[in-house]
Amino acid sequence: MTTPHEPTGAPVSVEPKGSAPDPSRRAFLFKLSVALNGVVGAVLAVPVIGYLLGPALKRDDQYKSWVPLGGVNDFPEGETRLVDFVNPVKTSSDGMTAKVSAWVRRIQGDKFQVFAINCAHLGCPVRWFPQSRLFMCPCHGGAYYEDGSRASGPPERGLFEYQYEVQNGKLLIHAGQMPTLSNEACDKKPRPLTQIEPAAAADERTEA
Amino acid sequence: MSLIKAATGLYNWIERRLGIGGPSIDAATHPIPRSSASWMYVFGSAATVLLVLQVVTGILLALTYTPSAGDAWQSLQLLNHEVPLGWLLRAIHGWGSDFMIAIVLIHMVQVFMFGAYKYPRELTWILGVFLLLMTLGMAFTGQVLRFDQDAYWGLGIGASITSRMPFIGGPMVHVLLGGPIIAAQTLSRFFALHVFVIPGLLIAFAGLHILMVLRLGVNEWPMPGRLVSKATYDAEYAELTHKDGVPFLPDAAWKDAVFSAFILLAVLACALVFGPFGPGGQPDPTIIETAPRPDFAFLWLYAVLAYLPPELETPFLFTAPVLAIGAMLALPLIAPTGEKHWSRRPIAVLMVTVIAVALGTFTKLGTYTPWSPIMSAWSAQATPAQYLNGRSPLERQGAIVLQNKQCRNCHALGGVGGQRGPALDSIATRMTEDQMIRQVVQGGGNMPAYGKALSADETHALVAFLKTLRGPDNGAPATDASRSLTQVEQPASPAENH
Repeated sequence: MTTPHEPTGAPVSVEPKGSAPDPSRRAFLFKLSVALNGVVGAVLAVPVIGYLLGPALKRDDQYKSWVPLGGVNDFPEGETRLVDFVNPVKTSSDGMTAKVSAWVRRIQGDKFQVFAINCAHLGCPVRWFPQSRLFMCPCHGGAYYEDGSRASGPPERGLFEYQYEVQNGKLLIHAGQMPTLSNEACDKKPRPLTQIEPAAAADERTEA
Repeated sequence: MSLIKAATGLYNWIERRLGIGGPSIDAATHPIPRSSASWMYVFGSAATVLLVLQVVTGILLALTYTPSAGDAWQSLQLLNHEVPLGWLLRAIHGWGSDFMIAIVLIHMVQVFMFGAYKYPRELTWILGVFLLLMTLGMAFTGQVLRFDQDAYWGLGIGASITSRMPFIGGPMVHVLLGGPIIAAQTLSRFFALHVFVIPGLLIAFAGLHILMVLRLGVNEWPMPGRLVSKATYDAEYAELTHKDGVPFLPDAAWKDAVFSAFILLAVLACALVFGPFGPGGQPDPTIIETAPRPDFAFLWLYAVLAYLPPELETPFLFTAPVLAIGAMLALPLIAPTGEKHWSRRPIAVLMVTVIAVALGTFTKLGTYTPWSPIMSAWSAQATPAQYLNGRSPLERQGAIVLQNKQCRNCHALGGVGGQRGPALDSIATRMTEDQMIRQVVQGGGNMPAYGKALSADETHALVAFLKTLRGPDNGAPATDASRSLTQVEQPASPAENH
């Protein structure tokens, strides 16, 4: 047992007497072995860290691809409908978690808005209320207008919107990752948020 | 007789080779101050016993649990309903977790109030702070392994918070989730954390923590006016323990053992009476009729996230934990000496009180989430009949508008409905017709604008109905104070200005 007050200073030499080869040689060999293990450790760290950070090293567009959501005429004009699709990036053990939901708003003709299900505040699933033309979030009470713009509550911006395309009468969206403030659903570079978006006033919003 | 002789012989044979029996007896019987053989000093050992319980029940659950996103929820159903006593093991593990958090917090408060973090036990406290963080980490990751709707959307909240990190937020979300979405790799990551990484660290840190208690001795019962000084403390403590000390075993150990047994029985009783936690609905992201809520230990955080103004949220999320953990770690380094007794440390008492009241209040709010709209209130809760009696057809039409446009998801009538906005039972005593129209059409003050969702006729009917809501004692309707001032020939009566 060591006492709390140990003498400090140079370590005591415990070399056996007699046949002592050059001590500096053994000290050098020990230092060399430490350095060798340092190098081996650094080499091993490369695959370990690379493996851990693997998911972060992919670019966003490597996760995304065009996903069909159905025929354009499955979505009545002026209405907002819930759709499910299977995430383009999935594994065999994902089970039901490979599915993703989104809100499709058909404004008119080929004009759509496709909103992520995730609230822009903390990612909970927002619900559409056609009567009051609002999206409401069950977690912390965020609310959005039918065009996805922020109405009230803790979200600092409007709903995330997927990029969409209409091809041969089919609606496709560019999807593949959970949208968050840093990984937005659309492919535009996320602009740094410098200011909270004010709740959109009724007359400023786009016409339905 | 020969049996005892044989047993002693076997012990001596092993002890000659292993050599841990003697030091163990020395450690168990180490002298402690007579005042420390107290019922106030039993919480640390109870936390250790709960850790052992969690490890044992956790291993048993792992015999059945499948850490795969597609199968985890089913394997929990199997544990609850098919595997004999699986439900009880899940219940003990779940309640053991809640008890462990509670006991660790009580232990921490006791150590803080008794000044036990002061010299020479600073590092014991610092390791204890990490043990608290790891205990909470186990609770959070454990909640994820109960892979239900709450776990799924709780991970979404975790990802959304991570995404708020400046610059590296996006890649960090993918590291957290193990991919682009919450799926198989996410659950596997949290399984590895909950089963290998955090428990390994927790056991190692708890071992060091206990080793330091043995090495530095159990804190003496503080006396007002007996100050800690680095120059004299060691000698004073040696005198306390060696002149007037008692051996830890048996003088104090029996109290630890009795309390630990009581806590284990309490865990078992809760498990038997209340059963296991969930799982809730299956983690299908397309089932959006859900109101995710964290476990009890994190309800306070859920409430804080609801009440923070949007512009404060990101700065708060990334500075408050750093400051709070930093303050806990720095405490013994800032105040390693001086008074230990709580009666001479009013700020310490005040801090514990304020923190406890704040956490308790936020937790209470988290149990009924007054900030969340009640999604079904508009269709599930009828307008109270007394609010329709004697109303005109227009006013009754307004009541229908109020129901159909989901107003009650945020506004209560007759005590039923959301609490996001103010209750409307006496709205007409607070707002004039003009103010109500403006508020409904333009929104503001945390209310969406309904200008697009209501026709002029609907607004007219709605406000006509709202004007009849003047509270149980039919209070005076609100008036526009400035309007009466413009009517110079009729000076405003003082009552109208209220």
